[in-house]
Amino acid sequence: MPIKHPGLNLKRLTDAVPAWAGEVAPHALPEICQQVRDGGGRLVALWGCDAREQRGWFMLHVALMNESGLVCLGVPLPAHHPEYPDISHIFPAAGRMQRAAYDLLGIYAQEGHDHRKWLRHGAWHSGSFPLRKDFDATASRTAEADAYPFVQVEGQGVHEIPVGPVHAGIIEPGHFRFSIIGERVLRLEERLGYVHKGIEKRFESMSLQQGAKLAGRVSGDSTVAYAWAYAMAAESIAGVTPSSRTLWLRALLLERERVANHLGDLGYLGNDVALSFGFAQFWILKEQVLRNNAALFGHRYLMDRIVPGGVTVNLDAAGKRVIEEECAMLEREVRILRNIYDEHAGVQDRFIGTGRVEPRLAAQLGLCGMAGRASAQAWDARVQFACAPYDKLDVKMATYRNGDVAARVIVRFDELFESLRLQREIMVNLIHDKEAPALLETLPANGFGIGLVEGWRGEVMVAIHTDAEGKLARVHPHDPSWQNWPLLEHAVIDNIVPDFPLINKSFNLSYTGQDL
Amino acid sequence: MMTDYDLLFAILFQLAQLLLVVLLAPLLTGWVNQCQAWLQNRSGAGVLQPYRVLRKLFHKDAVIAHNASPLFRVTPYIVFGCMWLAAAIIPIIAVDLPFSQAADVIALVGVFALARVFISLAAMDIGTAFGSLGARREMLVSFLAEPALLMVLFTASMISHSTQLPRIVDTLAHHQFVLYPSLAFAALAFVIVLLAENARIPVDNPSTHLELTMIHEAMILEYSARHLALIEWASSLKLFAYISIGIALFIPHGIAEVGNWAGLPLAIALLLLKLMLAGAALAVLETVMAKMRIFRAPEFLGTAFLLAVLGLLIHFLLGA
Repeated sequence: MPIKHPGLNLKRLTDAVPAWAGEVAPHALPEICQQVRDGGGRLVALWGCDAREQRGWFMLHVALMNESGLVCLGVPLPAHHPEYPDISHIFPAAGRMQRAAYDLLGIYAQEGHDHRKWLRHGAWHSGSFPLRKDFDATASRTAEADAYPFVQVEGQGVHEIPVGPVHAGIIEPGHFRFSIIGERVLRLEERLGYVHKGIEKRFESMSLQQGAKLAGRVSGDSTVAYAWAYAMAAESIAGVTPSSRTLWLRALLLERERVANHLGDLGYLGNDVALSFGFAQFWILKEQVLRNNAALFGHRYLMDRIVPGGVTVNLDAAGKRVIEEECAMLEREVRILRNIYDEHAGVQDRFIGTGRVEPRLAAQLGLCGMAGRASAQAWDARVQFACAPYDKLDVKMATYRNGDVAARVIVRFDELFESLRLQREIMVNLIHDKEAPALLETLPANGFGIGLVEGWRGEVMVAIHTDAEGKLARVHPHDPSWQNWPLLEHAVIDNIVPDFPLINKSFNLSYTGQDL
Repeated sequence: MMTDYDLLFAILFQLAQLLLVVLLAPLLTGWVNQCQAWLQNRSGAGVLQPYRVLRKLFHKDAVIAHNASPLFRVTPYIVFGCMWLAAAIIPIIAVDLPFSQAADVIALVGVFALARVFISLAAMDIGTAFGSLGARREMLVSFLAEPALLMVLFTASMISHSTQLPRIVDTLAHHQFVLYPSLAFAALAFVIVLLAENARIPVDNPSTHLELTMIHEAMILEYSARHLALIEWASSLKLFAYISIGIALFIPHGIAEVGNWAGLPLAIALLLLKLMLAGAALAVLETVMAKMRIFRAPEFLGTAFLLAVLGLLIHFLLGA
């Protein structure tokens, strides 16, 4: 048992990763959270469900993680008074998730001190909640704007720069409010939610296989991670284990996604310090990976290649050779480029010491994923909770202590090389056969399953609840950006304004992945 | 004694230079961009791209903020005019042009400063955070670059005992080829000033889309259509003017005399060759360097000033 508490009866899920689920009363929640926190654990996700039809109440779900695995707590909340104790003082990352849970479902934390809307942006009436089953989507449109008071910093010479949500370049929308003195950043406050698309609501009317496509589009740069996490959750409910060939192929796709994204980011980081040379070189390499993806698997970004029950791709001997050649080429080229970055005084001057997140702060606020590993947060689902086939791969985790832009660059390089090694290893283990994919079409009734996959940015989690007919009642995709966006606010403090884009890019967090 | 005939020639030469610079300036920008593309293994948009951009911008409808004052509207014309005037003063194809008499090197620096004052005021006129941010940074960079530029020009003036550009160029061009140690230092300083004043890497990045890192680009974010076209064109002219100053001071050999029709084709061919080389050198510099933190810019420009002063001192000490 990962957690022992008198009010908690955990049941092990038939999951690819070690996961447990159980219900607790609201008043026991903070105590259990504190216990996990004291044991070095983290908050992974927080979401709510409308279970009033079946059970007469709302459910709050809190996914926690400690070194033994994932624990998913279900907290029943009375329908007329859906409140629960605030846990953001234990896990600061919970703050925004609690606000989003209120916007979407109307369940709220007692004593929560930030009541500003996080996702709503005036797109529906403040008294109606889209994820409630009785929500009328046609009647609820509104143009009422939200008052969103930013925290003001006062003092002589302090002023604000509002940036976005529309930016000078073509990137995702987000608003950043800087309080600065001269060029020095005193405070940054983010406001996101501009790309809320109602993904979670959309899932409710979809079949299992349709849902896989939508899951793959939550955040396009992590489509493999999301599709795999979704498939893992569905397979966990159905109690099926995909064939080993399927799992090897999924791991291959995931590592290719990681390589492509790390190459792209390393290029962008060069571009942000005006070393366009690095930008062009890394993007030539990324383009090569994407083209090989298109040629071998039929899609440049590998969308819809992983489906519940299997994969829709295959790899023959010729394809293996292409990947082996590509790995050798990347290994050679990236080594040269890494030397250039390492030895370029101008680049290192910009990278080192910029946007530092101390390990202590990272642990306190729950920084996770690739950025977390650059601040000595040694969590990698491929290592700690190695599901098949990672249990046979012996992944070497890349960590670094400095927590600055340079550290995040180092971790990216190390992970890139490790991914190339893993791809080669997968090539050795992957057997080519023409097995037909055993697609999963239906799920058992009233099931709950959870999928956890280490995407390139961090751990991607998808939770699936099915209703009495086995249809999708609620799907919650969780992006690691939820945890990491608040850290960006801390990372820029005391840096200068022109360094923000570089720091931001070194995290490269998803907007769409958490705006949903 | 200048006859009417000579004056006519001089005016013709002046007109030729005016037309030449305004038409060639975007080509130089295109050439620099194309060289950079080649150095980065990209195919690039071609040397004619700046002309296409100008054509596109001139065909668009201008969007102007509601609270823009007339200053905002006239600034693009003033900036363009200043840069064109500067390019007219500098002896580019021939030495003794009528306009050159009108202004010496100090006035030339003043013309650049005038354009800068207007564009900074226009940037703050709209009242956006980025405009003020850019204007503030521009002032930081330019108040350090300007003295360094003056020192460079004074070093050359010392050698030729004149602040008139034609005299300076004449002196330097008609000496037999000698290496002035003072000018070598001044040349280094000038390159740094050129990078800073033209918003090039490592001080600024002309191709960035990251609004928070911008200097020059942040000031012109609010401009569109013909206004933006004029400012872009003025930036090209400024780069052309600076490179021309560099050529005039440090490699003036081969420049034509007014009235020397026979020498003109050779002068123009040599000029084009020099511009191509200078543009390629600029592309190489920009490719191998990363942008520095903005607070490094004072050190960088301080170095320029120091080098220029060293050049001046060496002239006093060695008389060369």
